[in-house]
Amino acid sequence: MDTRNFTYLCYGLVAAWLILCVYVISLGARERKLQRELERLRLLVEEKER
Amino acid sequence: MLAMTAIAALLLVRNLYVMLLVLPDEKHQNAAYRIMFFHVPDAWTAFLCFFLAMIASVLYLVKNDLRYDGFAASITEVGLVFGAANLVTGMIWGRVIWGVWWAWDVRLTTMLVGWLMYAGYLMLRRAIEEPTERAKMSAVVSIFAFADVPIIFFSIRWWRNQQHPPPADLPPDWWMALFMNWIPLLLLAGVFLMIRMEQERIERQLNGLRRTVHAF
Repeated sequence: MDTRNFTYLCYGLVAAWLILCVYVISLGARERKLQRELERLRLLVEEKER
Repeated sequence: MLAMTAIAALLLVRNLYVMLLVLPDEKHQNAAYRIMFFHVPDAWTAFLCFFLAMIASVLYLVKNDLRYDGFAASITEVGLVFGAANLVTGMIWGRVIWGVWWAWDVRLTTMLVGWLMYAGYLMLRRAIEEPTERAKMSAVVSIFAFADVPIIFFSIRWWRNQQHPPPADLPPDWWMALFMNWIPLLLLAGVFLMIRMEQERIERQLNGLRRTVHAF
């Protein structure tokens, strides 16, 4: 493969994957936040029912 | 979900091998033309997501079922991620071809406008608390925003003096590489969608629990 403009090819591939990786991390963070909130509300409902 | 991710990963490794070591260089762009094999399927994936969001939005307005609203919100978000990847890889490719990071040609501009409209859709959803009101307003915005997608798609044909190369000129092995790279991106989009749909379901459950807490 000709290496002219190879740097830009690397930038392109890294950018494409970086965006997807950042989204996957944000999905994970949101999942954890939702689970924490779900647990908190469940405990609150149980407490109020007692 | 795990199987889909594994197949996508295997296909992506295979495609990278084909792109980097099998396909010959392009005369004018050298190595950089290979960005296209992510740039174009990213756009196709985003358009498909926006199309499905528009269908789900129409279905919500017809059936008033919040699951359609959840689907539309989830798939719009996934579409925005692929749209962002399309815009950024396009800028990098444009830097090589045109010598500038951004050229205000019709395709780039309409894609940016579309991306901003869908980003606005997600911001609107955060601004409205009442679920049915939010769903109704979002559905209308999603349907209107989709009007931009055919303009992006046909802009090369409608405005012939654009800087984007006409796709008909691509050699058959490039087309094959484009489609082969679209498959894993679609699989990844499917995985992201399933995760987001589950999160939307938890959100609805949370809303129910919040109402219960307030009722005590």
